[in-house]
Amino acid sequence: MTILAVEGLKHIYRGHDGDTTALAGVDLRVQPGEFVAVIGRNGSGKSTLAKHFNAILLPSGGQVLVGGLDTRDEALLWHVRQMVGMVFQHPDNQIVATIVEEDVAFGPENLGVPTLEIIQRVDEALRQVGMESLRGHAPHLLSGGQKQRVAIAGVLAMRPRVIVLDEATAMLDPIGRAEVMNTILRLNKEQQMTAVLITHHMDEAVRADRVVVIDEGHVVLSGSPAEVFCQIELLESLGLDVPLATKLGIELERSGLPMPQHVLTAAQLVDELCLLS
Amino acid sequence: MPIKLEQVSFVYAAGTPFERHALKDINLTLADGEFIGIIGQTGSGKSTLVQMFNGLLKPTSGTVTVNNLVTTAKGVKLKGLRQEVGLVFQFAEHQLFAETVAADVAFGPENQGVPKAEIAARVDSALLTVGLPLDIKQRSPFELSGGQMRRAAIAGVLAMNPKVLILDEPTAGLDPRGRDEILSRIRELQRERGITVILVSHSMEDVARLVDRLIVMHEGQILHDASPREVFAHGAGLKAIGLGVPQATEVLQLLRQRGWSVPEVALTLEEARQAIVAAYHERRERA
Repeated sequence: MTILAVEGLKHIYRGHDGDTTALAGVDLRVQPGEFVAVIGRNGSGKSTLAKHFNAILLPSGGQVLVGGLDTRDEALLWHVRQMVGMVFQHPDNQIVATIVEEDVAFGPENLGVPTLEIIQRVDEALRQVGMESLRGHAPHLLSGGQKQRVAIAGVLAMRPRVIVLDEATAMLDPIGRAEVMNTILRLNKEQQMTAVLITHHMDEAVRADRVVVIDEGHVVLSGSPAEVFCQIELLESLGLDVPLATKLGIELERSGLPMPQHVLTAAQLVDELCLLS
Repeated sequence: MPIKLEQVSFVYAAGTPFERHALKDINLTLADGEFIGIIGQTGSGKSTLVQMFNGLLKPTSGTVTVNNLVTTAKGVKLKGLRQEVGLVFQFAEHQLFAETVAADVAFGPENQGVPKAEIAARVDSALLTVGLPLDIKQRSPFELSGGQMRRAAIAGVLAMNPKVLILDEPTAGLDPRGRDEILSRIRELQRERGITVILVSHSMEDVARLVDRLIVMHEGQILHDASPREVFAHGAGLKAIGLGVPQATEVLQLLRQRGWSVPEVALTLEEARQAIVAAYHERRERA
């Protein structure tokens, strides 16, 4: 069964200077276990879309079904929120406790989970993100990547079915980004956790099963990373980028090298080049 | 406005269990008009280092001299210095506060005592420099998109006409086009006005194509201080400290491992393309 079903979703922000349409009719279905990356320029509507996945925002038109539950039904709000965990850009804005394990326990405590089970869930969540050894630490002394992994553990402890990361790697250094990406990939591949990753980093998007491109409140492109990133002109006209390896492969083809197909990573490009000669 | 650091060390929370040596014995001279990149893992001391450059932090030991003014001397007035050394913090949009974009950008020059007529000209020029249309001047900065807010905040620092401009991760969270636009405008500004620009970045791509000189920080010390081409030749060492090389360089290094005779470093896609095309034809001729 489809875990996230977005149908004709509209979102209008009401402001002093008039209304702004952030989403103008988005259709999107995410299947259980899928890893979907959402890309789009600043102001394209991608963060607005993310906030509909767990009813932080409610549709101005159309509907969002999370595990079959309509986000507009107030009686179902807690079920929806429990199913979809969100991780945001600024780790410091989402950490509430003074000790790592207490922070991870905050979610299940609010769900009324019995104490013994909370302990089990916290243990498991910290293990899943590789933070067990720092469980007694103060979160503010952790690195950015570690803080984001604590935030992910806090979400996992609520046993969601979907994890949504809204530019969760934007403020991290290369090693922090790699830590967070590897954590997401492991959760997705080993535990079939459905993941939605909103990002400006194309090298992160290429690791997803599917890439969805949003512009001016519409889905303009959706497909495998290979299908999406070969559309260089379209992506560039949308203010986006393609992975350097893809662009370099195409430039080499234009320079007369018989490149057989589009590549997404440096390793793939090098393999193809070595096959040529 | 040259900046000189001599034997600079900085300790956070000295004498507590959280004592941390953020900078250890730094010696560094920044000449006028340089475009300098600073890279390093989170916690490597980058942000502490740049706050030394305008006296926002004073070293625990050692001396910092900016334009012949020793910031560490007793009773020294740093207000003038802070106006000449502009610092754009990470997530600069958090510093926006005024009711309109124009008032926000004008705040710095007003405090400098710049005449009213000139302030208006400076506001316009700063907004155009960061690529914002002048018709947003009367809007609230909080109604702008994330990318526009970041630009408005950078414009606020530019309006003070700093001689040294320090940017701490100015493009984090911006889309690729916004990132490229802001960085190329800063590069133009540096060339036109001859100001010193210091760019703290997590993006190896950005520093590779922009800066003349690259400083690598690691555990409070300077690990490398050379041209990007020289620095990125140390690929394995950079990876060992949680950094990396530009992807163009990565491709060449992988090819070298497979026996291709290509240079060690490419700073841009175009450089990598040329190197690969040349090596490809050379291999074909030999085969």
